[in-house]
Amino acid sequence: MNHALTLITFIPLVGMVLILAMPDAMRSTFKWVAVVATAPQLLIAWWLYENFDTTTTAIQFAEKYPWMPHYNISYFMGVDGISISMILLTALISFIAVFASFKIDKAPKAYFALLLLLDTGMMGVFASLDFFLFYVFWEVMLLPMYFLIGIWGGPRREYAAIKFFLYTLLGSVLMLLAMLGLYYYGSTPTFDMTVLAANAGNYTMSFQRWVWVALFIGFAIKIPAFPFHTWLPDAHVEAPTAISVILAGVLLKMGTYGILRVNYAILPAASHDMAWLFLGVIGTINIVYGAMCAMAQTDYKKLIAYSSVSHMGYVMLGMASFTAAGINGAVLQMFNHGTVTAMLFLLVGVIYDRAHHREINGFGGLAQQMPVYAGFTAFAFFAGLGLPALSAFISEVLVLIGAWQSHPIMTVFGAATAILTAGYLLWTYQRIYLGPLNEKYANFSDMDMREIGMLVPLAVIVVILGWYPQAVLSLLNTSLVHLNQVVLNTPAAAAAAVALVR
Amino acid sequence: MDLGNFASVMFFWPELLLAFGVLLLILLDLLIENKGVLGDLALVLAAGALLLVAMQPMQASGGAWLFHRMLVSDSFATFFRFLIALAAVIAVWMSIGSREAQSCDQGEYYAILLASTFAMFLMAESANLLMAYLSLEFVSLTSYILTGFLRHNRRSQEAALKYLIYGGVASGTMIYGMSWIFGIAGSMDFVAINKALFAGGHAPALAVYIALVLILAGMGYKVSSVPFHMWAPDVYTGAPIPITTFLAIGSKAAGFALLVRFFFPAISHLTNSGNWQALSGVDWPQLLLVVCIITMTLGNLAALQQTNMKRLLAYSSIAQAGYALMGFVVLSNDGIRAMLFYLVAYYLMDAGAFLVVMIVANETGSEEVDAYRGLAWRGGFVPALALTIFLFSLTGIPLTIGFIGKFYLFAAVIKHQMYVLAVIGVLNSVVALFYYLKPIRKMFLEQPTGEEPPFHIEAWNYGLMGVLAGATIVFGLYWSPVIAFANRSLHFFVGA
Repeated sequence: MNHALTLITFIPLVGMVLILAMPDAMRSTFKWVAVVATAPQLLIAWWLYENFDTTTTAIQFAEKYPWMPHYNISYFMGVDGISISMILLTALISFIAVFASFKIDKAPKAYFALLLLLDTGMMGVFASLDFFLFYVFWEVMLLPMYFLIGIWGGPRREYAAIKFFLYTLLGSVLMLLAMLGLYYYGSTPTFDMTVLAANAGNYTMSFQRWVWVALFIGFAIKIPAFPFHTWLPDAHVEAPTAISVILAGVLLKMGTYGILRVNYAILPAASHDMAWLFLGVIGTINIVYGAMCAMAQTDYKKLIAYSSVSHMGYVMLGMASFTAAGINGAVLQMFNHGTVTAMLFLLVGVIYDRAHHREINGFGGLAQQMPVYAGFTAFAFFAGLGLPALSAFISEVLVLIGAWQSHPIMTVFGAATAILTAGYLLWTYQRIYLGPLNEKYANFSDMDMREIGMLVPLAVIVVILGWYPQAVLSLLNTSLVHLNQVVLNTPAAAAAAVALVR
Repeated sequence: MDLGNFASVMFFWPELLLAFGVLLLILLDLLIENKGVLGDLALVLAAGALLLVAMQPMQASGGAWLFHRMLVSDSFATFFRFLIALAAVIAVWMSIGSREAQSCDQGEYYAILLASTFAMFLMAESANLLMAYLSLEFVSLTSYILTGFLRHNRRSQEAALKYLIYGGVASGTMIYGMSWIFGIAGSMDFVAINKALFAGGHAPALAVYIALVLILAGMGYKVSSVPFHMWAPDVYTGAPIPITTFLAIGSKAAGFALLVRFFFPAISHLTNSGNWQALSGVDWPQLLLVVCIITMTLGNLAALQQTNMKRLLAYSSIAQAGYALMGFVVLSNDGIRAMLFYLVAYYLMDAGAFLVVMIVANETGSEEVDAYRGLAWRGGFVPALALTIFLFSLTGIPLTIGFIGKFYLFAAVIKHQMYVLAVIGVLNSVVALFYYLKPIRKMFLEQPTGEEPPFHIEAWNYGLMGVLAGATIVFGLYWSPVIAFANRSLHFFVGA
């Protein structure tokens, strides 16, 4: 298994080619091909998890081949503790998303082909360690996303798709410039992220600041951090269920992952200097503002979308704390939010498939008609609001403990928002599931086996990580503590010294 | 090596083939009944010229002067002759598959197309102001006729007239500027001009500057840079689509060839570090920087409003010229290399986009964006997919050669620390995405109304489309051969 990362990245692409080669007459089998193409990812992810050495900060499972030697671009894949957790998450969410897509009826060939391409793009982002390669995967992800929202989305899908595309492209072109700036900075130009990170002490502060901000905008749009978050509610509301699941479950994490991988590792001095404002303050705004917006929504899916904005704020706040607890909590929160929010979007999909609307006030009393559904929703809501013994509790508490040591005021806001979160989730629960049953929905069937099958693995993970967070934390800890030390202890180069180097 | 008339012929076979072909086509047009053969013959001739260019013998000294220093043969010229011959092949191929072009008088049409190719070859090889002017004017004259070839189409007539008037003004301005240079340097030979200008003490910098601005008018007109771009939208819209393609890629490439050869080896000085040094006191790089920024911004902003595909692509090609100029203003071999690479990329993606427009126009008779509604869902999935590839490549999305081209351009710009230009450039890409998505949205996101005619597939056009789309993707993943080609071509023969 020297090529585990290549396999996990490109197996979906093979599936895509296969689907494209199959005749249209076999339209009912496309989804099964997609299942077969994503299932090996889970197995490989499990193998990676088993064989990952949690005691070292070194890059593991590395593969490196020259791609464009004269420009020093290479095909460089490898993982450390941060990326392996995201690869596990991606494998899981992609697999579930395929099942969530089983009811797609319009042009299933194109749909599943694009879904698998998206899968490859996401895996590639987390597995690549060459900046150029990273950028290529990052952009490649946009294309299927645009079409998946734009063709299979809701009524305002065209607007949502183009908004998503333009926003993200804006971010990524700035990232391209930052990448080129880093490339030409040293005496030997390179895109190798490990080399760039090793040279972190050579960059002057003013250079670091500019590059940091350009990169931050690129990543912040993806998180999405206030004020770049406005594409998210639109994209989520219009996207089909499976795409919302991927969007919230995996794509948002790329923003915070990118900040850790690039901003923190390569520009530590600027990160240390600027994180309180760009991650701390903006993260706190995300938490509070996202929760308040969620409270005001009457569209079930939009509510969940804003809750994502709020929950991603915790990730940012934890990252800004520069304490072991905070940064561990942040990445754990990325993982936990991925599983919890995937459940929430799947649950929205369940009711949308039956009622064909998502108006919160239009339901009522569904718990009588659909007890299993109501039960799962209660579970997911409790996970979302951070109930102890469920996974998100651990990560949010870790974030708050860590942040308290560096940013007490922001932490107070962050902690207090838990009340808002409980408020909007419970209020929503009451409006949809409790009270007298709306007669219109008296003939609704409860969740079927496929729907339950998608939710159960996620629920199991949420419970396990609530009791035994070490399962993921042990992966993260070594790499993150090391990264934290790098950020705290690497000063920027003095301007004059670098002038000599260049 | 300074070759006389007969010795030069050895480097002149492709041009001779084209000249012979023009005569042959005119003759055959009179003799034979089946005019369909003429197109095939023109294709063979253009392909033959392409082949001869590719087999061009290389000089040990890196090049040679031809015809008593009127033309130069070096790897830079060969690069552009290759591109121009490629444009001719593409244009002829498209003409054979185009309903519009089939309605023209075949013999004259192909004869003039090849004559225009011949003239563009000369433009790429000019080593003398006189030759530069004559070849540019030759290209222009043939282009006017080709643009107005749809004799019964008012738009086509109007476009030809506009083109003629703009062209006349631009080339008149240019030759006036050339007369200044001749007065200052005392010679029309590029090398002699360079020597005279850098010897110093002859002419006030202002006089040189004015002359350069005047000359830029003529060359800027050929590459459709602002403020000499106004003809492009009308001409691109009015001309038959194969001709539009030919002008958009071939004519533009020839313009860039002359622009680079005049502004770099003729009036600048190459330092050892691979950077070019402009004449002191003559700040044309600043001027071109402004032109470059305005060209891409204006092209993109104007394209936002277009509803006709040819017009949209016309403005897009103005913006693309602006991007290519980024490689120009950094005054380095990195920049020129990036520009050469970008031209190859532009060739593939722009020709591809126009080809799909032609295919759709063949089927629906319309060039409006609305004609693309639901194209993917009514039998046109393959052309819709191809157009999507070309447009994403024009935007600069990875996995396409367009991205690699932009990457090299921005790399050159960042390397020379022109950060403002870089930021303006990338923001332009985002703006461009908006209008490139317009047809994509129509084709995929919108449903057909059910009134559109079904879509047929013609093998002839699809062959070329497949080649262009394939090359766009393959070179987007493995671009070593292309950058090596651009690298090899980065040699200006300045005499031995």
